[in-house]
Amino acid sequence: MFNYYLELALRSLKRSPGLTLLMVLAIGFGVAASMTTWSVFRAVSGDPIPWKSSKLFVPQIDMWGPKGRGPNSTDNEPPDAMDYTDAMALMRAHRGKLQSAMYQISPSVVPADASKHPINVSGHAVYSEFFPMLDVPFLYGNGWSADDDSQRAAVAVISGKLNDKLFGGVNSVGRTVSIEGKDYRVVGVLGSWNPQPRFYDVVNTGGFSTGVEDVFVPFERAIAMGMPNDGNTNCSEIPAQSGFVGLQQSSCIWIAYMVQLDDAAAVSAYRSWLDGYAKDQQTAGRFGWAPNNRLRDVPAFLDHEQVVPSDTKVSLLVALGLLIVCLVNTAGLLLAKFLRRSSEIGVRRALGAPRGAIYAQFLTEAGMIGLAGGVLGLLLTGVGVASVSWVLPKDIASLARLDFSLLALTLLVAVVATTLAGLYPTFRASRVQPAWQLKSN
Amino acid sequence: MSLQIKPILIALRRHKAGTVLIALQIALTLAIVCNALFIIHQRLANMSDVSGVDEANVFVIKNQWAVDQSTQQVDAQVRADLLALRQLPGVRDAAPASGYPLQGGGWDNFVTMTPDQVEPTTDSAVYTGDEHLLDTLGVHLIAGRNFHPDEVVELGTQQAIIPPVAIVSKTLADRLFPDGSALGKSFYAMGATPSTIIGIVDPLHRQGTGQWNQPYAGQSLIWPLRADDARGIFYIVRAKPGQLAAAMREAPKALYAQSRMRMIDPKDGIQDYAEIRHKAYDSDRGMAILMGIISVVLLAITAAGIVGLTSFWVGERRKQIGVRRALGATRGDILNYFLTENLLIGIGGVLVGAVLAIGINLWMVTQFETARLSLTYVATGVVALLLLGQAAVLAPALRASHVSPVEATRSV
Repeated sequence: MFNYYLELALRSLKRSPGLTLLMVLAIGFGVAASMTTWSVFRAVSGDPIPWKSSKLFVPQIDMWGPKGRGPNSTDNEPPDAMDYTDAMALMRAHRGKLQSAMYQISPSVVPADASKHPINVSGHAVYSEFFPMLDVPFLYGNGWSADDDSQRAAVAVISGKLNDKLFGGVNSVGRTVSIEGKDYRVVGVLGSWNPQPRFYDVVNTGGFSTGVEDVFVPFERAIAMGMPNDGNTNCSEIPAQSGFVGLQQSSCIWIAYMVQLDDAAAVSAYRSWLDGYAKDQQTAGRFGWAPNNRLRDVPAFLDHEQVVPSDTKVSLLVALGLLIVCLVNTAGLLLAKFLRRSSEIGVRRALGAPRGAIYAQFLTEAGMIGLAGGVLGLLLTGVGVASVSWVLPKDIASLARLDFSLLALTLLVAVVATTLAGLYPTFRASRVQPAWQLKSN
Repeated sequence: MSLQIKPILIALRRHKAGTVLIALQIALTLAIVCNALFIIHQRLANMSDVSGVDEANVFVIKNQWAVDQSTQQVDAQVRADLLALRQLPGVRDAAPASGYPLQGGGWDNFVTMTPDQVEPTTDSAVYTGDEHLLDTLGVHLIAGRNFHPDEVVELGTQQAIIPPVAIVSKTLADRLFPDGSALGKSFYAMGATPSTIIGIVDPLHRQGTGQWNQPYAGQSLIWPLRADDARGIFYIVRAKPGQLAAAMREAPKALYAQSRMRMIDPKDGIQDYAEIRHKAYDSDRGMAILMGIISVVLLAITAAGIVGLTSFWVGERRKQIGVRRALGATRGDILNYFLTENLLIGIGGVLVGAVLAIGINLWMVTQFETARLSLTYVATGVVALLLLGQAAVLAPALRASHVSPVEATRSV
């Protein structure tokens, strides 16, 4: 029976090729626009570490007070990064299972081959717990130890890419790399690791980054060597003293912080510890205001930082609007098309076809238009995703991917949406009174 | 010509669903296109912001130091570099900087009128440079004077210096001193000591172009500082007219001849202002293009939908048209009938659409902090969609008007 309906549908569609083409085009464009913007939205709103994001938290402490909020500020949000004093206090207290303060660095690396130019790399100064906390994959070796942290050891973890450049891709663990003119022993080489968004340091990366993290060194080593921070520095007042040391003594924020807390009890314990800490600071006279802390997990912090650009959301909404208009358009055309065949329906019904048969026939026809629109939509989505870099900033555009699930979704949305659009016209067609149709003929 | 509204309305009642669907489509199209056009307008306005820079001739070199040096060492190198750059045949002037207009983001300070003020008055982008900066950028000094060479001091890595003098943009001057008396007055930019305004330039764009900057657009100040940061420095260079390409080729060679212990990225270490502007407005341009494409597709689909549906209705009513023609209706009457019918549906659609457009915009204002939709957009959209509907219905209506009276005598 289904084959018969297919044949009927094909015949009907062929009878008015212009109209069929119009419906297919409308569905194709509508679906493609939605799917292209969806691919971008999906890429930027995804969870960068889904297996663990609910256990990773970003603590925020209000070290600025109301004065630091700036003009036109209406909320009472504490700063979104940390100053050196508070970050160190949190590290010393060591209240989480794993934790790390971190700051962005941009040191020069001098290749062993003296004929080559020094190169500028970017990376982070972190604590040893950074690597196990974020499940960072290693190609060779491992992270450094807690002893290396406290002894300010000259050790480094480098990216696979930098390893290719400096050591030709061989296992370089134990070899020496020259960072800012000092020798560091390589203890680990990263496997491919480029989480987007850069959830561990949103404040300095703005979320998405086309760059690669090439080098990690121990936090306290970097501080001791005076390796300046290369990320954002935000101050509520000018530091009393100059230089990187002055920055460490100031209330300026430039350090990102992440802590792993495995269960609700740990979270609430950490929260009350933070409040106690802020209260102590208030008592000591450092904070002239009541504790105002936040402890957000990674998804909540990404949301708070508005990592998903509002442009991406607006684009998706507008594209969905386009799809809806296309469906309304298709519904209107299907309605006209189906009702025009009232006499045909009348004959079928008079010959004994039940309403269900009419439904099957016309929904098959709608579904076929959806399928054809979906195939066109697949092509256009392919074109759309490929040319998205032409329209969007590079750091975001490069994240949009064409994969099987997107293609399957494209077809599914096209067929389901068109069938839905065909529901009302089909309902109307099934209500056609056979007697009336036969009489008028 | 009499408008035959009543019979049309009666006829439309027989096509209730179709009528509603077309009207709904027109309404949705209007709502979306109005908001899309409004977004396009805003983005184009952003993109045409003037920077104040002589963009045709200025380029920026991002110079990073390869070895850790003291501030004195960096300063000596910076002075030598600038001397070398200024001596190049194709170069008019060069200046050291910690940032530049349209950079994308950079240094900004809160500004207050008194040192102990709790709520800042406003925010200003902060530029640093020497006495060559104004000429290098090509910004216009509209009042006061430029820096003297002896006012320029070294600014080491993360050093906090509040110079006693500053040059500010007219926008910032007017924001701080609305009566126009800014010259010679002082302000505080997050320090305990004031800076006195010695010069006013107009315009001078901020580094940032994002939404955060909008409330402070055009507010910037220049401090007489040479950014001897151990990490790196920007050299802003202004080529002589017509010699931009040559100067951009020669500049890095001259710098490497000074010292090899520096890094200038071969890919984006040197950018002219065309590139800087292109990058700064990447997302604005992308959004404008995307909204443009979607609007065109929407309008095309709606127009095609009207053509399709009206054609159907014409086909369906050939007999009735024939009867009307046989009873004396002219071709014009028939044409008129379909045009009026479309106009009525269109009016219904745009009424709903206008409300929807404003509703969507109000919702976007709360969600995405966009601006309020101006009513001219709605009005323009209404007229445009009604005209689009009339244009779309014209072909089927003409076909209807050519239906011969003989059709009345034929059975279906």
